Formats: sequence, structure tokens, C-alpha cells
Amino acid sequence: MSKPGNRAAVWEEVGLTEDEYGRIVGILGREPNHTELGMFGLMWSEHCSYKTSKVHLRLLPTTGKRIVVGPGENAGVADLGDGFLVAWKMESHNHPSAIEPYQGAATGVGGILRDIFTMGARPIACLDSLRFGHLDTARARYLVGGVVAGIAGYGNTTGIPTVGGEIYFDDCYRDNCLVNVMCVGLLHGDRVIRGRAERPGNVVLLVGNRTGRDGIHGASLLASREFDEKAEEMRPAVQVADPFVEKLLIEACLELSTWDGLVGINDLGAAGLTSAASEMASRAGTGLDLDISRVPRREPGMNPYEVMLSESQERMLVVVKKGREKEALDIFAKWGLNAAIIGKVTGDGMLRLRDRGNGAGGEGDGSTRVVAEIPARALAHDAPAYDRPRAEPAYLAEARRLDLDKVPEPARDAYAGVFRGLLASPNIACKEWVWRQYDHMVRINTLVLPGSDAAVLRLKHDEPLTRTGEGRAAPDAAPAGARQATGIASADDVAQAAGVERGIALSTDGNGRYAYLDPYTGGAQAVAEAARNVVCAGAEPVGLTNCLNFANPEDPGIMWQFRKVIEGMAEACRVLETPVTGGNVSFYNETMDQPIFPTPVIGMLGYLDDVERRMTAGFKKAGGAVLLAGETREELGGSEYLKLVTGEVRGLPPAVDLGREKALQEFVLAAIRAGLVHSAHDCAEGGLAVALAECAFLAEPGARGLDADVKASIDPQEPDMRLDAILFGETQSRVVLSCDLSRLDTLYAMAKKYGVPLARLGTVRDGRFVLRAGKTPVIEETTAELEAIWRRALPEALE
Amino acid sequence: MTPAPRRVRFGVVVFPGSNCDADAHHAIGNVMGQKVEYVWHGRTDLEGFDCIVLPGGFSYGDYLRTGAIARFSPVMNEVARFVERGGLVLGICNGFQILLEAGMLPGAMLRNESLQFRCLYVHLRVENTDTPFTRACRPGQILRIPIAHAEGNYTARPEVVEDLERTGRVVFRYVNEAGEATPEANPNGSVANIAGIVNAAGNVLGLMPHPERCTEELLGSADGRYIFESIVAHVLAEGGPRGPTAGSPGGGVVG
Repeated sequence: MSKPGNRAAVWEEVGLTEDEYGRIVGILGREPNHTELGMFGLMWSEHCSYKTSKVHLRLLPTTGKRIVVGPGENAGVADLGDGFLVAWKMESHNHPSAIEPYQGAATGVGGILRDIFTMGARPIACLDSLRFGHLDTARARYLVGGVVAGIAGYGNTTGIPTVGGEIYFDDCYRDNCLVNVMCVGLLHGDRVIRGRAERPGNVVLLVGNRTGRDGIHGASLLASREFDEKAEEMRPAVQVADPFVEKLLIEACLELSTWDGLVGINDLGAAGLTSAASEMASRAGTGLDLDISRVPRREPGMNPYEVMLSESQERMLVVVKKGREKEALDIFAKWGLNAAIIGKVTGDGMLRLRDRGNGAGGEGDGSTRVVAEIPARALAHDAPAYDRPRAEPAYLAEARRLDLDKVPEPARDAYAGVFRGLLASPNIACKEWVWRQYDHMVRINTLVLPGSDAAVLRLKHDEPLTRTGEGRAAPDAAPAGARQATGIASADDVAQAAGVERGIALSTDGNGRYAYLDPYTGGAQAVAEAARNVVCAGAEPVGLTNCLNFANPEDPGIMWQFRKVIEGMAEACRVLETPVTGGNVSFYNETMDQPIFPTPVIGMLGYLDDVERRMTAGFKKAGGAVLLAGETREELGGSEYLKLVTGEVRGLPPAVDLGREKALQEFVLAAIRAGLVHSAHDCAEGGLAVALAECAFLAEPGARGLDADVKASIDPQEPDMRLDAILFGETQSRVVLSCDLSRLDTLYAMAKKYGVPLARLGTVRDGRFVLRAGKTPVIEETTAELEAIWRRALPEALE
Repeated sequence: MTPAPRRVRFGVVVFPGSNCDADAHHAIGNVMGQKVEYVWHGRTDLEGFDCIVLPGGFSYGDYLRTGAIARFSPVMNEVARFVERGGLVLGICNGFQILLEAGMLPGAMLRNESLQFRCLYVHLRVENTDTPFTRACRPGQILRIPIAHAEGNYTARPEVVEDLERTGRVVFRYVNEAGEATPEANPNGSVANIAGIVNAAGNVLGLMPHPERCTEELLGSADGRYIFESIVAHVLAEGGPRGPTAGSPGGGVVG
């Protein structure tokens, strides 16, 4: 089919290079036909093959004491003991969301849910990490509204609580927003379902939505190229979400996962049937023989190329034991889902596709012809790997230059105004406008609702994995302590009935500004902060998934950023003992030469052995001590404060000392577990002043304020530190604690043992928020007034 | 024969797209210690149940209109007969929407005034304690219960609302912490801050808030227990649905 004169167009049409085309010819021993080339184009796209990133991703540690499944499957899995296995994974859906925010975000949620229930895990939570341009543009507001509505529309409908996440705004994301979605699922026992097509003779089913012409070239062209002014024209490459079918798929696949006829499941995500089929076969070392005329279609006349490249949503590829296919079909029929037997597993390692005639007349005679024949492994796992050129980008030297002499400290009486400005910054303001649109309580596991450092969920021993809907009565014996008679039980009765419950803490974190100014530090910082956040919730960090969002990797400067971020992440993962269990890489996040900041986003899983010892950020009791674990250094580079007063992202980001970080986290966790503290809150954007304010805003009634001397927080080596740096600098490895005065001595002794600086800043008071430098008040306001600024900023910017 | 202490038998209907069914099952069975089983939407026999729960979620994706397709499920014909026999039906959120679509409760739902989904804790004032669903409550009691919906803006013709008010069929109203039914306390724009209503016979309750989400202090509130406790108390005092299918297979009939 490929005439020599046309060749350039042939590989370029599917996004490949001439070299890659030559490699394909080498593998096949012949020229690929149109369908085969399209399949290679998808599977060897940057999005699917990680051809640029995989040589670097190898630096990341992937094993740990609790890790059962690492990278390579649909999601990572950790064993938390007690029969609880947790699967979790994060993925990006940036470009589709930038083009069609509602559908782009919704299908992003759908895709990550499928990665989780594919493993046989019941999805129990989602978190979203979002980045947009400044809200002063109509486009940014449109994207925020659409993305949040899309996440809500899909998550709420499928009944998966969206329990947390983060959202930041910076100019660099104006046209290329970031939508990273993490899903967490729970498995009971040890049955992890793998995406493997084991054993020749077994039967292959395609389940769920019919296959249409939507999303063709989504992975190869939409996700693997940068945007230009024609991006809008790619709207047809964005798929349309059907969360109702997804909900049915969840129930049907989970029911299937407990059935002994199941061999393996894989979802059809990017690259559709091509990807699912080749990956399932390649992982198992088998082949598949598929009759694609049996694929249920939305419309007549689709050719094999379109069927294989379609990215229609809510579809699963299922392999069942030979002879058991009727039982599987019955399960899908019960849930009202389409399911079709489309082929079988073979032993020759080939992905072989057959079609039945070509249009009129050919369909009735039962004969098929082979339309594609490719080694499955070549598609799924033998894509080329590139170590692209890297060079320190030119912007860095200039961007890192920060002359603080040219950034005058605010006058004493101006601090309150600056502080109000920070609280009103969309990057710092309360994000309730976002999370109130998400059902964050469904499945009744969410113990710490959105807004604290990390979401905390309990793990129910009776968390229903499947729902047959038929005759599953509650156990005959009522659980101990449960009430049988009328009258209202006391809280104690309820607690007793619940018994000790295990839990998880979840956080997503990443600071593109830091990574822009120092990619290594940015990579390490993202891991450190994510771990710190779950620690502040009282959980032990277990491991992480991630999304690495970068601009065009063909630019050596971007590639250099990527490498440095990974090196920083890898070192932090080693020191903090949080291995990487999977994730994704999203390149080409730039629009008309405007690259995004390198933005690693970490999705951390933490474990609580008793949810009663969970911790939150807000103060609990007036009269308690306010403390800072860690100490403040003069670090204003890359801060929200600096951006607010100078309009620039500049300087060196706050340093990350992983040894200090580890000690801090161990101390804070030990203090929480020992029941010594009332609250714990990470110092992040906006520095100490904002962290203290959040402790007051999130406090219990009667504890909404404080009187504290911020100078007590500084490194004794730097007595003359600038006051703006003390208040608003973003020094890492700091946690605000509060505790009963009677616990102070024990806490100090414990901090000393862990080698962590611990200083008392002041006292929890109700109603007023007073920060002093020494004895002199710098900020003196009513908490309610400050809180109103913080709460109203985002709704006002968006409505 | 001495009747054994009886547990009330609940059925939680599972429509395609129901997603609070497991939560109701957990709250009723594990927390309240009652008998509970799932009822598949295709089922046409509700014999032996004391109370049927139509749970929250997005039945049939809420495509077309919330609850508009679910009302045609085979089980809904049986639910209607169950109601005629005097059985208790609790419609929560999507369940309330389905009851409206099925004509088993008056009125209709509009999209929230904000045009957005809302998930948050609200305060409800108990307006009538003389119903099977509120008899364990104190008159005027304030309950703290979460909502999670995009279409909970209850509306009805003025004469219908007037009739509901006059006959004490407005069971729950959105109020602020102090118990006042202010516009600010109304999370969705519902007429007269209405959060839940019963039918004329008093055995069908529809409400937008989710009592099954707050039966354990661990979750932030246990106020939802009052509603389930009320149902249990009512069934134990008054017995199950009348008619040939009444009674409980497992224990003696009380009352």
C-alpha cells in the first residue's frame, strides 16, 4: 500500500519517524499495512510507549515492604495487612481537558477508575490535582468550571467519593491546563486480577460500550504533540463520557473478579483495543486471534483501522476460561451490558486480527481474512527507547537570580495588608468552591473531609466488593454493641460497635514553581510534602503514584528538567522509604512555545492502624500550646509571597534536606501516635503565617485563633532574618502542632530524641489572630475577618 | 411460643446506577443491627419486608430526568402494592426523586439554584414527630445530616405545598444551626426550605439528605440513627404491612 513516493506521509500520518518505520519493517519482515501501521503509531506514541521517559523512570525505586504490585500493571498494589490490599494509580488527562474541559476531565476520571477495578479492586476514592491559568482570564474560568463539573459529573454518578486533591493557578497553565486524577481501590484477600491473557484456547470478550469513531488518534496525536492554534480542531479526538455504563462495568467486573472462570481483564484506555489486546498478550507471553467483525459497533461501515484505533470509553477486554464464556455473558447480561466473544488466546505470540469480508456480500459467508498480524510484544513492550539530548536550559541562571535587596520588606503596618492579599490568592484561599461540587462522602468511609492536609478514609472489613443484589442478608448475629431495641444509642455504643478500624490517608502534591526554579529540588520536595501531609494526618507513608507533566521532550532543556526531577524524586523516595508503584508521564504540555512549568505531581498513600488516631490541621482547645516542629530559614525564592509582591517566580526554591525531613516526619508521627498533640499542619504555600491561619480557620469552635511569636520559629544561626521571610517564606520540613500544656515536656523530650527542633510559638486563643515579632504585634485581626477573606476569594474569582 | 426479639426486615432496592445502596445496607445491618437485604430492580415480590429503602445514586444514570426511568422498573409496581398494604418506604435522594416521578409523593425536583452539585452537612428541623420515620425524634429537634445532589430543589404547586404544610406532611426543613428556616440555610432553593415529605397515609417518606451517611459518630454525625430508630420502633409497635403477606419469616410478629 505504501508507494515509495508517499512514504513520508505514511508514517507521519500516525506520528512516527522514518527510523521507527524502518524498525517496524524489520520486525514484520515486510511493510506494514494501513491498519498495522496505525496500531504501531498508537502503541509507539510517546503517550503509550514512554519511549522518551522509560530510560529515566528506571531510576525510581519501586520495591518496598508493603508493595505487592509495582509498575507495569494497571495499578500499583500495597498490602496493608489484615487482609487489606490497596490499589492506587494516577493519570493525566491534560490535553483533552484543555480542548473540551467537561468531557476531557470526565473521561480522565473514567480511565483511572477502570485501571483500578480492572485489578479486582473496588474504587473507594478519587483525588484530583489541577493546574490552570490565572482566574482573571475568561478562558481560565471556563476551564476551571468545566473541569470541576466534569470530575463531579463522572465521580458523583459512579458513586466514588472525590475526597481531596489540589488546585493551583499560574500563567504557564493558561492554555494547557493540567488534570491529574488519582483513584484508590480496595481488595480483600489476595486475589489481584492481572491484565494477562493466559493459556492458549481461552476466550476473549469485549464488554461495555459499543465501539465508535470517537477518540481516534487521541493518544498518538492529541496527547503526544504540543498544542498550536489549531488545537480546537482536535475536539473530535476527545471522547465522550458515559458514567452510567462505567458504574455498571464496575459492578459487573467486580462480580466477575470473584468468579473462578476469570483469567484476566484489561481496560481499553488510550489506544483502545490495540493497547488492551497487545498488552494482555504480551504480559502473558501469548498471542490473540481476534475477529473484529464481532466487535459491537455504534455505526456501520467502520474499517479495521477505525475499530482498532477507536478510543470509545467504558470498554473492557476480558479473558475467561475456555468453556466458561456463557457464565461470563450471563453476568454482563444481568448488568445490562453489551458483551461479545471476539476471539481466543493463542500460543504463537501474535496479535492476529481477522475481518469478515468488506461490506456487502462478504458478511454472510462466515469466511474471514487476516487484516493485521503483529507480534504482540512488539506493539506493547518493544517500542524504541530514546535517551534524548539534555542540556541545562538557558532560563535557569536568570530565573534563579534573586536580589532580596531589591525586594523591600513591607513596613510594619503594611504586613496585615500583605497577609490579607496572600489569604485571598487563589493558590492559598479555601478550595471549598471546588470540593462542595464533589460527593466526598459516598461509601461512608471519609473520616477527614477535604480541606485538611490529607483525606482520611476508614477501611471497612465488610466493604462490599461485589453487589449481586440478590439475597445477601446481613450476618445473622448483630455485631457486638449494635443496638437491637429502640432508643438512641450513645456515641460509645457506636464506637464499640465499630471496633478498631484501619484507615488510609491520601494526598496529592507538587509545586511547579519550585521544579521550574530547581527541578531536582522540585522533584524531591513533591515527594517530601506528600509524605509530610499523610504524616500530619497520623499515617505512615507507604508508597506513591505520580504524574509527571512536562513540555516538549525534544527540547534538551525540557529533557534536562525531566531527568533532574526524577533524580530528586528518586532520592526522596529512597530516604523516605516510599517506593513508586506506577504513574504516568505527560509530555508536550505547551502551547505555541509557552511551556508549562515542569510539574511532578505525587499521589501518596499512607496507612493508619487505628483511625481513632487520625489527626487534623485545626486547633482543638483554647489555652493549648502552638508549636513549630522544624525551623524557619530565610527562603523567599519561588514563594507565593514573592509572586504576590513582585509578580515574579524567581530565586532558588526552599531547600529540601531529606535527612531533616525524615526525622521530622518520624517525630510528628510518633507524637500523634502517642496522643501528645491536638493538631498537626504542614507549612506550605504562604509559609508559617498562612499555616497558622489555616489552623485557626479549621479549628473547633472555641479555639479559633492564637497569639504567637513567629520569631520563635527561626534558626538560631540567623537571628537577623527578614520578617517577611519568617512569616511568608516556604522553608520545608516544618509542621505546626498544638498540644495541651501538660504534654509540652514530653513533646520536647521526644523532639530531642528525633533530633528535630521544636519551639513554642504561642497559645491557642479564641476569636483573635495575633502574630508578633518578639513582643510587637505584626498582624492583629479577628479570625472571622481573615477567614471570610480566605473563604470568599475563590467563589468571588469564579462567579 | 414466646416470640423471639424481632429484628425489623429492610430491603434496599438496587437499580442500575444506585450508589448509596451499600451505605444503606451497612447502616441498617451493621450499625443498626437490623435485617437487611438487597432487592434487585427486576424483583416482583416484596413479601415479608417491613421497610423498603430506595437508595441514593444515579439510577439509569439519571439520563432523561432524575428518577424518570427507574420508576418503570418492575420492582416499582411491587413497591406501590407494598405501600398500599401499609409497608414503609424510605426514599433517600435519588429514591425521593423516583418517588416523585412515580407519583407516590407530590411535587417535582428542579436543578439546585446554584446549578451545581452540592455535597455538605446541613441542619434539618424535624417538623412532625408523628410519623413512622420521626417518632424517635423530639419535636423541633435539629438533625445534622449531609446532602449530596444536583437536583434537590423541591417544587410543587402552591396549593400542594399549602396542603403539605396544613396536614403536617412536611417532615424535614432546612434550617440554620439555630433552627431558623432562612434562605441561607436552604442549600438548593427548595420551596419553603422543604427537605423531606410524607404521603397522605404517612408510610412513604422522601428526603434529599442522607441519613445512612451519618449513623456513626466516627463519620462526624450519628443523627441519621433517629430515622432508622424511628422505623424500627414503629414496626415493633405497629407490626409490618397488613395483608396476607405480612409478618416476618424469622421471628414472631409483635403488636
